[in-house]
Order: sequence, then structure tokens, then C-alpha cells
Amino acid sequence: MVRYLLLIFIMILPFNASAQTGDEVVKKSQAAFHYQGKDFKARVIMKLISKGGKERLRELKMLRKNYGESGGDQKFFMYFFQPADVKDMTFMVYKYPAKDDDRWLFVPAINMVRRIAAQDKTSSFVGSDFTYEDISGRDIEDDNHTIVKEEKIGENDCYVIKSAPKRGDVDYSYKLSWIDKTHFLPIKEEYYDRKGELYKVFSADEIKDVKGFPTIAKRTMKNLQSGHSTEVAYIKSDYNIGIEDSLFSERFLKQPLKKWIE
Amino acid sequence: MKTKISLKLSFLRMQESSIFGSSELLYFWIPVPCLKLAGTGFMAMTISLLFPFHAMASDISIHGFLQGNYSYSTTENPDGGDFKWGEERIQLKIDAAKEQFRLFIKADASYDHIDEDSELELRETYIDYTASKWDLRLGRQIITWGLGDLIFINDVFPKDYEAFFSGRPLEYLKKGIDGIKVGVYPEFASFEIIVIPFFESNNYPAPKRFYMFDPMPTVTNREENEPQTAFKNTEFALRAYRDIAGFDASVYFYRGYFRKPYMLPDNLNNTTKITLFYPEVSVYGASLQGRMLDGVLSLEAGHYDSREDRSGTDWTVPNSQTRFLIGYQRQIWEDFTAGLQYYGEYMHDYSDYKENQPAGLPRDKRFYQLATIRLTQFLMHQTLKLSLFSFYSPSDGDYMLNPELKYNFSDNVWAAIGWNIFGGGEEWSQFGQLAQNDNIYLQLRYEF
Repeated sequence: MVRYLLLIFIMILPFNASAQTGDEVVKKSQAAFHYQGKDFKARVIMKLISKGGKERLRELKMLRKNYGESGGDQKFFMYFFQPADVKDMTFMVYKYPAKDDDRWLFVPAINMVRRIAAQDKTSSFVGSDFTYEDISGRDIEDDNHTIVKEEKIGENDCYVIKSAPKRGDVDYSYKLSWIDKTHFLPIKEEYYDRKGELYKVFSADEIKDVKGFPTIAKRTMKNLQSGHSTEVAYIKSDYNIGIEDSLFSERFLKQPLKKWIE
Repeated sequence: MKTKISLKLSFLRMQESSIFGSSELLYFWIPVPCLKLAGTGFMAMTISLLFPFHAMASDISIHGFLQGNYSYSTTENPDGGDFKWGEERIQLKIDAAKEQFRLFIKADASYDHIDEDSELELRETYIDYTASKWDLRLGRQIITWGLGDLIFINDVFPKDYEAFFSGRPLEYLKKGIDGIKVGVYPEFASFEIIVIPFFESNNYPAPKRFYMFDPMPTVTNREENEPQTAFKNTEFALRAYRDIAGFDASVYFYRGYFRKPYMLPDNLNNTTKITLFYPEVSVYGASLQGRMLDGVLSLEAGHYDSREDRSGTDWTVPNSQTRFLIGYQRQIWEDFTAGLQYYGEYMHDYSDYKENQPAGLPRDKRFYQLATIRLTQFLMHQTLKLSLFSFYSPSDGDYMLNPELKYNFSDNVWAAIGWNIFGGGEEWSQFGQLAQNDNIYLQLRYEF
């Protein structure tokens, strides 16, 4: 009898494994979005567009290295090319999954490296519509994730996930994400405010294959309430480029190596 | 003779600015022979002559800015003028790199409306050589150590307090040194070794523009004695640092001179001449900084060994001191950050100091204290910054307040207006002596 039960159990196992829960989809999505490769580089061009159409530009080199599994520790190194008043500034983040990050900023005008205090969850990244959390990924544990439906966006078959924060530590009450079933990148995200009204929309506008990794090359975040939006292009992206651990140090924060900031 | 003719300033450091830090500059060498070449160090000159940038560079970038900077005194200056500062300035920055070498030149040309004077100044000029485990920087360079926000313990390098009190952009608080810095990076820790053959003092406000306390105002015959450039006078500084359990830990050592001048009268009872000199000092320090209580905690301390007066009985030389700092910074809500600091300065051999100091001169407290608060709020996608920095001394009762508003009109153009307000304490205390020097300033900059 036990044998038969075991057999039945083994037979249904694959079906159970293929049925996705909200948490599993989000986990895969985070792996695809924020953890692909051992390391990653990109030249990031951010266009900040005001309601009246006035544009500001931020251009930086972003380098990222994973330490451990997907969802684990990461280190980020960013060098700014533009605008002029922040040129040559560098910014470094040690990201940890379950606690606050460590971050350092180098200010060349006074040749000083300082730690900075910041809350990822609500802070705008360099004045854009993206928060720090949008750039480096939000902890999966911080939200309850449920699959609300499956839907096609253009050619993409997607899971639609509702993510509701467990604590009121962000300015949205919930988020809907359309996550592609094949590569698990988010195609679209909608943020709903505390009144339940849609106020922020993310879209992945172009997805490119880089060394076999599907990568969002163009993305937009639009704030429907303020009319402000941010368009981001990742150019010259690459994975598994052999970033040394020593890059993430005060030494190179002060004097970045040419080979990494070109 | 030790007095506080110059300010008892141990402070200063940096502020937040757009994007997340402070602003940055750009510069270039303008060969205008008629301009006075100010602050141009021998090494910097040598370097720029020996290494014409076009000869070595495969990768040259040139940036810079145009700036207007005006500071209106709310009380008439000692010489009757209305402005603490009034100038237009161009700065150019050349950066040329080839393989392991890099040449960097940052030069300012300015026109000062108050003295009706032009000036050309090399802010920084150096060559870098980078190897895999060490590097070298030779020339005029800015060095910043320690953790304080406008409070300096282990940052023993020269400052320009006139710039700070006149409402100039913050980077002008730091002066370059002419020297050599060697970085060594073995696995277990990192090291910075600095050798400074050419002494550079702090710059304090000019008496014609600022009211400052002077204990002997009638003695106008004054001579300044800076340490001569000689092997035995060469300053030496070392910093070793590494991560300890998620905290940035550093230890520091410095052997050199106080950068504030002290006064030596020729004859105490009938002074006809005062010599300003820079006593010898060694500083032993340490600092620790890391995440704590949802913010960043900073701890720093330094022992100032006054080598010319270890017994504390020579009243013309400062006594040895221990200085410490506790700082905490936290983001309270989106784009709003608060920082608090408490600083103390404990004088050793206080009874010897009291016994030996002549009557009639202002007396320091055994334990000097200073507290600061910095509040910064960014608005409008970080194009508008409102900030407040304030010093208050619980032991002396004096203060300085600096509210500022900065707006980025575009990526290239920004303006800042602010107000420096001083008061409280005694006529000789650090900020109390500046009580008549309140000023409102405007900074305008176009960056390219």
C-alpha cells in the first residue's frame, strides 16, 4: 500500500513542481532581473523628463558582482560621467538581502570618501523616478506575492503577480507585475497608492540577449501623478567579465581603474 | 604667547548636494602672464613644466566652470566695505591618462572686485602612478582624512576658513598640500603615507573684511615665521585602514606643525613686536564608522602631543590635548537626512596652563565642547536642496548658523543663496568673535 502511495506521490510530483506560486515566480524574476551572471557591467544613461518636457541626463558606469546564490549578497560600483557637477564621483554599495546596505560616496572636489545613510525603499536614485530598491531589487520577504492571473502582453505570455508589502514602508499599497513566462523578466509593473489608484508604471521597452542572458536594455518609469518620467538605457552591457573583489574598495573608489570606467 | 587671535577652529568638512554628494569642479591652465600667480607651489610648477600634458596623454578630458560668488556683509566691514567676497572665477580641469600614469591639473583664474585684483591659482596639480599593489601621487593635492562633518581631528591638512566664513562653495575650504602620497595595499590593510616638504598654514579671514578678536591690537609690528623647507622640518603623516566587522576602521599618525599661528611677543610688559609661529605637534588618532540604529555612526579621537611644551608650562605654546567626536547620520524620510555631532577637546596639564598664563589674556576652558546639527531636504527630483548647518558650543555658549537654498536650473547651471550667522559667547570665543560678520551669500555656477 505504502509503495502504491509512494508511486502516486512520485507521479504527481512533477506537476506540483511545475505549478508556480507567487513567491517562486518572483524569486525567478529577481534572479533574471538582478542576479544574472557572476558579474555584470553596463553604461547607464538616464533621462529625467519633467512634466513640461524639460530633460536632465545622468550617465554612469555600473558594475555589479554577486557573492553567493541568487538573492544573496552583491556589491555595486558606480562611476558618474554626467552631469558636470557630479563627474568623477563614485558610489559603492554592499547589498545584503536581509539588512540595510552599506554605501559609500567619493567626492572628488574635496577628495573624501564618506559613508552615507539612506533608506532604499523610498529614496529616489539620483533624482529619478526609480528608487534605490528598483535598481538593486527589493527583498522577496518584504511582500506577500500572489499570482492573480495569466495574461499576454504583446507576444509575451505573463504571470500577473500582486505584491503587497507586509509593512507600510513604501509609498505604494500594492504592485502588479507582468512577468514573462519564458525569461521571467518583468515586462510591466503598476504601482497603486494607498487609495488604490494607479500612480507609477514601469515598462521594459527593449529586451536584448547578452551572452545568452535576456537583459532589459531600455526601461521607463512614469509617475502618472506628477507627470515626471525616467527613461533608462543600458548600453555596452556584459556579463561574466571577471571583476576583481579589490574593485570594491576605498582605493578604487578614489581612483577608479580606467579599464572599468570606459 | 598663546592666544586665540586666530579662530580656535578645528572643524569643517562636507555637505550633501545634488545627486548625493557635494559639487565638483573643473579646471584648466590659462597662461595669462599679467595675472599674479598665487599659491603656486614649487612642486606643482615643476610638474606642470616637466610634463606637458599633450606629450603624455592618450586620453585627455577638459572640464570646468564659470562662477560668480558674492557675499554681502550685514554689518559694514572693518575697512568700511560692504562685501566679504565678490568675484568671478573660471576653473579648468585637465585630466590626461596614459597606461599607469595620469596627470591632473586644476587651475582657477579669478577677478576679485573687493581688492580689484586678478589671481591665477593652481588648486591641484599632480601625477599619479598606479601599480597593482601600490600607487603614488606626486604634486599639489587635496587630502581629506577623518570622519567629522566640518569638525577636524585627524584631518591635519590645511584649510581656508576665510572661504568658509565668506560663503564660498565648500570645496574652497580645503587647501592643497605640495607633497607625495604613497598608497600601499597588501591584503590585510591599506596604507597612505604622506610626506610634505613644504609647509602650508591655514588661511584665516583678512582683518580688513572680518572683525576678529586680537588680544594686542596696538602692536602692529608683526612677523610670521613659517617652518623653513628643510629635511628636518618635513611633515609626515600615515593612515592605516581596513574593515573590522563591517566598520571602516582607521588609525592615523601625524608629525608636523599646528597650522594655526600662535603669538610670541618680544617682551610681555612692553610688547613692540609679535612673532607669529607654528608650534610642533604630533597627532595619534583613530576612527570607526559603520551602520548602526538605521543610520551611520562615526567615532573619532586624536591625541595632540604638543612637542614644544610637553609639561604644559610654556604659555606661548598650546598644551597637549585629547580630542574626540561622536557623529550620527540618518535618513528620516525620503530625501531628508539629519546629522548630529558632539565634539570635545580636553586640555592636559590645565593647572600648569592656568598658573603660567599671564593675566589679562582670555583663558580656554579645560574641556571645550561643540555640537553640530545638519538637516538636508531635497525636493523637486533633487533639483532643490534646503539645508541647515549649525554649530553650538555648550561650553562657550557661542554659535554659527548656516541655512542655505540651492537650486539646479539645469544639469549645467545652479545657484545657491545662504546666510552665515554668528553670535553668543565671549568676544574672543570661536564664533562669538565673529558676531559682527554675518553675511548673505550668492553662488552661481555654470559647469561644462
